[in-house]
Amino acid sequence: MHKHKLHAKEKIIELFFGFCGMLSLLVTLGIITIIFKETFLFFREVSFFEFMFTTRWTPLFSTKHFGVLPLITGTLLVAGIAMTIAMPAGIIIAIFMNEYAPAKVRRILKPALEILAGIPTIVYGYFALLSVTPFLQKIIPSLSGFNAISPGIVMGIMILPMVVSLSDDAFAAVPKEMKLGAYALGSSRFQVAFTILLPAAVSGIIAAFILAMSRAIGETMLVAIAAGMKPSFTLNPLVPIQTITSYIVQISLGDTPAGTLAYQSIFAVASVLFVITFICNAIAQKLRYSLKYQ
Amino acid sequence: MKTDKPTAVFLMLALFSFSFAVAMLLILLASIINDGFSRLTWQFLTQFPSRNPEMAGILSSWVGSFYLMILTGIIAVPLGVGAAIYFEKYAKKSRFNYLMEINIGTLAGVPSIIYGLLGLALFVRIMSLGRSLLAGALTLALLILPIIIIASREAIRNVPSFIQDGALALGATRLQVIRSIIMPLSFPGILTGVILALARAIVETAPLIAIGALTYIAFLPEGILSPFTTLPIQIFNWISRPQVLFHRNAAAAIMVLISITFFLSIVAVLLRDYFNQKNNT
Repeated sequence: MHKHKLHAKEKIIELFFGFCGMLSLLVTLGIITIIFKETFLFFREVSFFEFMFTTRWTPLFSTKHFGVLPLITGTLLVAGIAMTIAMPAGIIIAIFMNEYAPAKVRRILKPALEILAGIPTIVYGYFALLSVTPFLQKIIPSLSGFNAISPGIVMGIMILPMVVSLSDDAFAAVPKEMKLGAYALGSSRFQVAFTILLPAAVSGIIAAFILAMSRAIGETMLVAIAAGMKPSFTLNPLVPIQTITSYIVQISLGDTPAGTLAYQSIFAVASVLFVITFICNAIAQKLRYSLKYQ
Repeated sequence: MKTDKPTAVFLMLALFSFSFAVAMLLILLASIINDGFSRLTWQFLTQFPSRNPEMAGILSSWVGSFYLMILTGIIAVPLGVGAAIYFEKYAKKSRFNYLMEINIGTLAGVPSIIYGLLGLALFVRIMSLGRSLLAGALTLALLILPIIIIASREAIRNVPSFIQDGALALGATRLQVIRSIIMPLSFPGILTGVILALARAIVETAPLIAIGALTYIAFLPEGILSPFTTLPIQIFNWISRPQVLFHRNAAAAIMVLISITFFLSIVAVLLRDYFNQKNNT
């Protein structure tokens, strides 16, 4: 009798574990259901063609236009500037750490990067708006108070630790025999780094690129603070722009009742963001997974 | 040894990249301390926000952050550890579980603002929790769940299998093995992961703005259904204002926020080292 009860209790606890395991799947399904339901409602009012292929985004004006392209260019502009800084610098630092750095230098490098990684994004926003932009304005007098270049540069620093750590993983996964073989044949460190290490780690580097890009596209507070709230279809980094994420923040700060077009529009732009980042992450996960179990 | 030209160029680039990053870090910290240090008084920590920047403080926001972090932990830890146990000890190797693994990794990379929209639709509207602490905590719990799962799985995987096999051979049930062997031995690793995940939760801003957490709260939360504000939201609010005096307040609040996250990270690392040493001796 007693044993039977114990068994039932075990079953309940095991069911709880199973539920927890399924929960992350439920979260994914929940996100998809909710975002696409509101997006569907949005597209009953706005044509898909207008949304995808026109260049004016004025959902809060009296004549409303819902062309999402300005938000997409704004997002890609900031992310592009960030990637231009973070990718080369990150790969170079990772190669340096793997092949050149003496243990002593690594001991300084790693914590410095960890501190950078641990700084909240809202702090980077403060830094971009109140330190970097005023500094850049001294060099480029025509620079607006809100612009894409300052948050872009700061975002580059923000995602640098991520690029370094992912590239570092990719280099560490390169079989030692390959490197040792090259050294035995008389290669220099430089030759090993650039003719053996880098090509062998290329799928890991691509994964790092995709993950960093997805992080940059989804970054919110930094751009909401420093890039402005003015959707413009431009690649000029000196003027105010708006990104997908900062549009969501702008609408969330106002009191937008559920069921209105403005409320549905944040889900519509979020579905664009979700689709891009989800695909990016799924590809990167697969690349990293195959790297791990090669 | 003579360095050839490409090597010299590479080393210069590496040095430049690294000093650029470190210089930016130092300038960032210096400018925040420079702007905020004079505002960081006892009064600043014990006053409610105010229209007058010199009277304003962060009492309601740090208390809100604290409650939110505790509540998030209470919700996320059992679910995350439960999921980790499921994946490590129960799930069979199958295509479905492979997809689940990819799914968790992918969820960890979903932008936090998307979780905010999920929270807005699901907790604030459908479950009618309003813009409450509970709605905020549930949202953040979903956000940090993948982090806790990944860290806990790692910790559970590191428990030596011969101890588990020994217990099973002596007739212990799977649950007994989990309770009296896996849990105690993986505890330090899980704890470290949980603290780091909570440090991440405490600095999150975007999802809370998406669920509509209020920016001006001049009272302390009374229960889990009270409206609330948090430190990052207060900082965002102050940065968004034009007056320099509010920016100083933001800098002072940032000093508090960074101190809390650094403290949590240091605690996590120290705990890990302490337990590692204890296990090795």
